[in-house]
Amino acid sequence: MPQPHLMIHIVPGKCDYCGCCVGVCPEDAIELMESKIAIIEERCTNCRKCVWACPWEVIEFHKEGVAGMPVHTPQILNEPVEFK
Amino acid sequence: MSVYDYDVIVVGAGPAGTTAARYAAAGGAKVLVLEKDRDVGYPVRCGEAVSHEGVAQFIAPDPKWIASTVTKFRLVAPNGSSVLPKLDGGGYVLERRIFDYELAKLAANAGAEVITKAYVYDLLRENGTVTGVRALIKDQKRDIRAKIIIAADGVESRVGKWAGMDTTCHIRDMESCAQMTLSGIDVEEDVLDFYFGDNVSPGGYLWVFPKGKDTANVGLGLSVDQAKKKSAIRYLHEFVERKYPKAAMLTHIAGGVPCAKTNPEIVKGNVILVGDAAHQVNPVSGGGIISGMIGGMIGGQVAAEAVQSGDMKHLREYDKRWHKRLGWRHDIFYNIRNAIGGFDDRTYNNICDSALKLPVEKRTLGGIFRAALWNQPSMILDVAKVFVA
Ligand SMILES: Cc1cc2nc3c(=O)[nH]c(=O)nc-3n(C[C@H](O)[C@H](O)[C@H](O)COP(=O)(O)OP(=O)(O)OC[C@H]3O[C@@H](n4cnc5c(N)ncnc54)[C@H](O)[C@@H]3O)c2cc1C
Ligand code: SF4
Ligand code: SF4
Repeated sequence: MPQPHLMIHIVPGKCDYCGCCVGVCPEDAIELMESKIAIIEERCTNCRKCVWACPWEVIEFHKEGVAGMPVHTPQILNEPVEFK
Repeated sequence: MSVYDYDVIVVGAGPAGTTAARYAAAGGAKVLVLEKDRDVGYPVRCGEAVSHEGVAQFIAPDPKWIASTVTKFRLVAPNGSSVLPKLDGGGYVLERRIFDYELAKLAANAGAEVITKAYVYDLLRENGTVTGVRALIKDQKRDIRAKIIIAADGVESRVGKWAGMDTTCHIRDMESCAQMTLSGIDVEEDVLDFYFGDNVSPGGYLWVFPKGKDTANVGLGLSVDQAKKKSAIRYLHEFVERKYPKAAMLTHIAGGVPCAKTNPEIVKGNVILVGDAAHQVNPVSGGGIISGMIGGMIGGQVAAEAVQSGDMKHLREYDKRWHKRLGWRHDIFYNIRNAIGGFDDRTYNNICDSALKLPVEKRTLGGIFRAALWNQPSMILDVAKVFVA
């Protein structure tokens, strides 16, 4: 199993679903629904703009990745993410 | 020959989207609005302040969505001194959860359909042309076909990107915001308060907008460049602990405002952007309700005209009309925003001092700006254009 290259971690349960992070993401790598949010792994470049933009300190950057970090990836780009 | 379900699909039921739907439907188009949330107008991510002049061009002011009528505003400098100018023409602090509903009703009365809990996750394409949207409606996937897509999907807009327009907001232009509704506090019912300074909101401002005598919408926005060092919610909590330690917190909300120039592209093929999705926000104040509605109105009208004539090239008219109406002003405001963003505490204190030296009748926003300009001569021309026009 390849290691997930994703270093961006959305702390579960903390998000307010405001969209500020989505507005600054240059890669269209964040899927935001009424009360669900996920990073689209294959698009994210770990640029950290979403981390800085979040008013709520919900998004964290971990250089080494986080063990057991939940990664939600849509099967088809722009298909709604399957949330577990 | 394709069969369309609708002439126009509007994505997002904020003020820009419902206004676009209203004018498109009034122009004879068959319109559908899709909103991802279960409720129009909720949650409220907004300071809720508008000018009387701005709102009255769309809807007659009604006590049921007015929390306070305001006549003055107070600018509070970092050293605590303040100046209280008159608000030309007056304004309101809205009850947006009701206001947004009323705007949606206007769209419905004009003939538009509205569906909530309808998340648009992609555009539908046939032979390289956009022919509709792909939506998840109450957990069912549905493809809906339309001649024109109006993206009114707010700060989190993605529809424009899917149509090939780069709508990413630069982090220096995005305001990262935190907002609360505080109750059980003393407020002056007719005054909008603005606090400036490195301690409250570096490069931005903090607002206390009255909603009656004992309640206020309190919030702040700071550019992401600043928020990098310390987040919006921290600044807000610190201010509230200092100023209103006993307040009850009725709402507690995050938000973002794209305080940029209008997006370089707001029309592509048969897709147009309105409101926050098009960055149609006043870059100095962060106010985007009225300007988004103006964008929505023009977009809706042009869309209806294009449907009537069958000529989608007509949609380019939207870009022209928007820039003629408001876009040119926002370009100038954007330069002012950049100058203000560099103000330090001393500059704000000086501005307040020089404003206090003005005779009372000259203490208007324009007068204060002019007085402040001695520090920033390069801004004089830009500001003159705004206040003289
Ligand atoms: C904290 C804060 C304070 C503010 N204070 C003021 C103020 O005092 N005065 C003022 O004039 N302006 C203020 N603004 C700005 C103002 O709120 C916005 O400019 C305005 O709401 C923009 O309207 P809109 O219709 O473009 O977008 P929104 O009101 O954001 O509406 C967009 C809608 O689209 C929906 N949507 C998004 N994506 C999808 C999708 N994929 N599918 C379906 N639906 C979707 C969203 O759920 C949302 O309902 C403030 C903003 C913030 C964040
Ligand atoms: S790190 Fe950058 S690319 Fe990845 S989601 Fe955040 S803003 Fe988008
Ligand atoms: S900016 Fe923060 S609070 Fe807002 S949607 Fe993104 S992660 Fe959630």
